[in-house]
Parts: sequence; C-alpha cells; structure tokens
Amino acid sequence: MSSGGPAPGTDLAQIFKDLVVTFLLAAAIFGTTIAFKTETAIGGLTLETHYGLAAAVVGVVVVGRFILWMTVWRKRTVAVSVVPGGLKQAIVGKLGFLGKYFGPTMLLFALVFPFLPFTDRYLLDLGILILTYIMLGWGLNIVVGLAGLLDLGYVAFYAIGAYSYALLAQYFGLSFWICLPLAGILAAFWGIILGFPVLRLRGDYLAIVTLAFGEIIRVVLLNWYQFTGGPDGISGIPRPTFFGLPFKRGEGNFADFFGLDYSSMHRIIFLYFLILLLALVTNFVTNRLRRLPLGRAWEALREDEIACRSIGLNTTLVKLSAFATGAMFAGFAGSFFATRQGFISPESFTFIESALILAIVVLGGMGSQVGVVIASIAMIGGFEIFREAEQFRMLIFGLAMVVIMVWRPRGLISTREPSIFLVRKKSVSADMVAQGEGH
Amino acid sequence: MEYFVQQLINGVTLGSIYGLIAIGYTMVYGIIGMINFAHGDIFMVGAFISLIVITALGLTVSTGLGLTFVALILVLVCAMIIASAYGWTLERLAYRPLRGSFRLAPLITAIGVSIVLQNYIQIAQGARVKPLQPIITDGYTLMTKTTEAGEFVVQISNIQILIISVTVILMAVFSLIIAKTSLGRSQRACEQDQKMASLLGINVDKTISTTFVMGAALAAVAGLMFLLYYGVIDFFIGFVAGVKAFTAAVLGGIGSLPGAMLGGLVIGLIETFWSAYFSVEYKDVAAFAMLAIVLIFLPQGLLGKPEVEKV
Repeated sequence: MSSGGPAPGTDLAQIFKDLVVTFLLAAAIFGTTIAFKTETAIGGLTLETHYGLAAAVVGVVVVGRFILWMTVWRKRTVAVSVVPGGLKQAIVGKLGFLGKYFGPTMLLFALVFPFLPFTDRYLLDLGILILTYIMLGWGLNIVVGLAGLLDLGYVAFYAIGAYSYALLAQYFGLSFWICLPLAGILAAFWGIILGFPVLRLRGDYLAIVTLAFGEIIRVVLLNWYQFTGGPDGISGIPRPTFFGLPFKRGEGNFADFFGLDYSSMHRIIFLYFLILLLALVTNFVTNRLRRLPLGRAWEALREDEIACRSIGLNTTLVKLSAFATGAMFAGFAGSFFATRQGFISPESFTFIESALILAIVVLGGMGSQVGVVIASIAMIGGFEIFREAEQFRMLIFGLAMVVIMVWRPRGLISTREPSIFLVRKKSVSADMVAQGEGH
Repeated sequence: MEYFVQQLINGVTLGSIYGLIAIGYTMVYGIIGMINFAHGDIFMVGAFISLIVITALGLTVSTGLGLTFVALILVLVCAMIIASAYGWTLERLAYRPLRGSFRLAPLITAIGVSIVLQNYIQIAQGARVKPLQPIITDGYTLMTKTTEAGEFVVQISNIQILIISVTVILMAVFSLIIAKTSLGRSQRACEQDQKMASLLGINVDKTISTTFVMGAALAAVAGLMFLLYYGVIDFFIGFVAGVKAFTAAVLGGIGSLPGAMLGGLVIGLIETFWSAYFSVEYKDVAAFAMLAIVLIFLPQGLLGKPEVEKV
C-alpha cells in the first residue's frame, strides 16, 4: 500500500504480488476492526459481525490499488516528467506575479464580504471562524515559521487570553477594550514564564514540554472549580461594544446612535471586522518585525543556531521574544473568542486545536503568510463542507492532513520572500530554507 | 508503610505499561528522529483487537487456568500481528514518502494519522466505553495491618504479576535483539548514520519498517495489559497514554531502551503516588511538571547520551 512505490514497468507478477500483500494488510486492518464490532450486552460483551462491509472495504482498497497501478504509476514510468530548469523558474516567476496580487485581492474580498448579497449569518460566522484561525496561524507562524521553534501547546495561550478576558470581566467588570491588551500581555507573560526554563531545550523536547504545558493549563482550568468554573466554564461573558455603544435594541445603542434599524447582524458584522482588524495587525506586525534586527535574528536562529551564537546573539532572548510575541497574538485571539462566544469552557482548548493551528501553518508552508490564509480556508472551509457527514468529518479531516502533506511536504506555498537581499529580490525555494528544528 | 507498599506495586504496574509504549517511541525516534504521534493510537488499536479476540474466544473468569493461559497467548499473538500490520502500513503510507523531507512534515502526518485512527475506531467500534469483565482475578496478600478503620491489606494481584513479568520478559528479549542479532546491529547502524549503513549493504527501508513493526507489537502488548488491568477502554485512551509514554521516553533519555523503561516507571510512580497522597485531578500536572524539571537540569534525560552539537 505504499503510495510512492517504485514502478519499473508494468510487471504483472510484481503487481500481483503487491496486490496480495495489499489484500493481506487490508484484511488484517479492516477485517478485524470493521468485521467484528464489540457491543455491550447484559453479562458482558457480544460481537456483532459486519462481514459484508469489511469485505467491501477490503475490496475497494485492493481494486483501488490495482487501478492506481494501471493508471498513475504506469504513466509515471513512461513519461518521467523532466521539467527544464528554465521552465521551472518561469513557473515560479508566474506564481510570484500571482502572489503579488493575491494578497490585495483577498484583502479586498475580505473587506466587502459582509456586504455581498449572498452573505448570510452562516457564511459570516464561518468567515469569523476562518479569520480567527488565520490570526492564530499567523501568530504561531512567528514561533514555528520564523523562529523555528516547534510549539505543540499554542492553544494554551489562546486559552489564557480567553480566560483572562472572561475572568477580568466577571470579577472586575472590565470592558472588552481594556481586557484585550491585558489578555495579550498576560499571555505573553505566561509565554515568558514557560519559555524561560524550556527554551534551552532541543526542538523535540521543546515540542513535548509545550504539549505538556498545554495539557497542564487545560487540567488546571478544568479542576480549579472555584475560580474558573471547571468543566461548566464561564458563561455570560460581556459582548463587545462599539466604543461604548452596545449592540442592543433601544435608545443609546449602536443602531439608534447611527440612525439605523436594529438588526442582529450588526453585531456579527462588527465582530467580523474586529477579527479582520486583529488579524491584519498580526500580519502587519509580523511583516514589520521581520525587517527589524530582531526578526532577522529569528530567521537566522531557525537556519543555524550555532552560527547565531558565534556572532554574539543571545539565543535565549531571541527565542523568548518570538515565543512571547506569538503568545501575545494568541492572547488577543483568545479574548476575541471569549467575547464572540459569550461562553468558554476547557473543552474548547484541547490538543486538537493546537494540532489544527500547527497543521495550518505547516500545510500553508512554514513562514509564508499567504500560505496560512490558503490553508485556513481549505481546512476550516473544508471542515464545514463535511458538516453533513458528522461522523466522518474528523476522519476525512485527518486523511486530508496526511494526503496534503504527502503531496506537498513543503506546504502549499513553498517559496519564501527573502527578508533581505542584494541588488535584486528573488523568491527562495523552501528547499533552501532550513527545517524548523529550533535546537 | 503498608499504604506506601501498595502504591509502589500499583505504580510499578502502571509504569510497566507506560514503559512498553515508550519503547516504541524511543526506537522510532532513535532511528529516524521523528515523534511518531500515532503510536499512542496503535496502543489503543491493540487494546481493541485484544478485546475483539477475547470476546470472540468467549474468555471469562470461569475458564480454566491452563485454557486461560493458552487463550491469552493467542490473544497476544493476534493483537501483536494485527497491530504490526497497522504500524507497517502507516509507515509505508504516511511516513516513508516524507523521509528526507523537513522535520515537521512527518510530525504533521503523524498527527493526521492519529486523528484518523481515533475516528476510524470510533466509527467502526462505537464511541461508547467498552467494559470487559475481569478475566484474571485473585492475588497474594503480602501484608496486613489492623487499624481502627478496619484491616488494611497489601495485595499484589495476579494481573499485576502478569503485567510486570511480561514487561520484564519482553524488555529482556528486546534488549537481546538489539544487542545480539543482525537486525539489532542494522538498527543501531541506521541510528548512527543511515547513509553509511546503506553503503555497507544494510537495507535501511526494511530496517525502519521493522522498527515500526516492533514498536507497534509492543504497543499492542501494552494495549492488552491495559485492557486486562483496567477493564475499560474507549477510542480515546491512546492520546493520554501516548503523551505520558512519550514523556517517559524523553524523561529516560530518548533513543535509549532502558531509559524508556526507567522513564515509564518514574512516570507511573509519580502519577500513582501523587494520586494517593495529594490529588487525583492533578496527577497529570505532576507527571508533566516532573518532565519539565528533569529536562531543565538534565537536558538529555536520565539515561540519554549527551548531545554533541555539530556544525
């Protein structure tokens, strides 16, 4: 069942052998878990058999593999595509041209999106969700894409931001606009507290410690019942106001002030522009930071830590700044999430969220801002398309993650804008960009 | 004192299960430097296959001792073989095409595979918790103490003896395989330098596949042990167990087989003692905090080789 198996010609004996192996593996994998379903019954478990279904699945796998042998893998041996270097360069150039206009076009679309005739409540909510993930992706991109630190617990900072706003609003009655910067600062502060001891560690150790930190935050939120409400979460989080004008019916509210008819859509549109603004700020700050010595130090660190140290960079400080900046944006996004939902519980901050954000960054092409946008739309939008197939949604999602990654290991956008260049700006193939090891 | 001894026994049992899973992480990491995130889910699949085979065989507590023994070996072999098929297939489909690619790529596919396995089992086997009637009961009383609250008995149950002895045997066997056989030699060679190993005629692809198969087989053993010990499984057990086992592997020094076992024991003991003396809710926090503390002071883990930084 290898997807990249070498295929020297269409040797029938070889194909047959391969199909037999495929059959045996498929039978072992699906034949057990699909054919026999354990059911709880009185006095123990019973087995429910689904031989037909299992046989069908195994059959599909074997036949599918046979079709692959006959079509895709056969062609590959006949015409090995040797794209001339010049042509490849030209394609890259064309893509770069496209890339130049892609960003502004998307931005324009994002700006007019709430006012388009077909935009309804559902699409707008989806837009808000996608923008939230774009913002989180851009925030994590600073840590993973630029500084090359593998962070598997990014959602912890998102949770800290959300709970900061919810708790500050609950206990001190502070408004959203005061809490937003506070949430960012608190998240960045936690980033520093966590980062300080662990950033000396090698990449994979950092990954596991950040993962552990994410779990710790979740467990604490879950169990500190008196303070955080535990599994019940916090409800009744105040909605944001338009510079003090609440989105409610009646005198002195947003609609009344501007002489508009009250519509529940106003609040949604406001939330949409709020998250759009937050996301754009994230992008703007990231792009500006990349030009500062600090941003260059991040990228240099990703490429070669030893070289960085030998030219006198304080690597701990550089890493810490990336970690804290990323955490801060997660904190902003978190407080937006809290105000949008009006209710938060630890359920929203599980590991799967961290994995999703990381997947968006890596699938988009690490370090690429446009890539994050494309990946967010593809992942979150695609996730929505399969809303009907509730049960199979996560399965398809996981499969898509694997397939996209195998198809484009460097991510969808695999060229990088160099942050500094001599004479002429050329896009750099991602193959030249070192791996995000962060050691 | 009696309470302490009882917790020690429980901790060692739990630690053995973690250790068995951790070996899979540590071997794969040692050889291709990748966190096989789906390994915890292979463990879960192993537990489910064991459950299916046990139910199919109709194994209950009333089955005779000899028959139970034979049946359990059969269950073990089935679970190991089928979990190996899973491990092998995953390596071929999701990891091999990405070998030599940059480091985060296989990590992302591994997370994807983990999601796929969890949801596949959830769909195929149902989302509800699966209870299994205890098959092995009884045990030995080691100590008794009479207090005003009644008698406190320190017990080691047969299932605990089984888990600990199976772990010890498997540990010994695998250490021997790594140390003495030609397969073990190729594994160690690939760990040091894959290019050089392939120049010397070692089939690197095959060696890596075998490593995945070995890890998956051990995870399946752990799955069976978990099933017998706790008696309830669901499709989500792989995540927590996987994270703990990976923590154990890192704690013991990733890439080191005895380290994985030691790390597993340490994590198991911390968790058990923390639950026993402080609070059950925060046992995971204790285990993870321990990891952070060890890594800060001993960055290479307890038994790991110090990393040499090369330019």
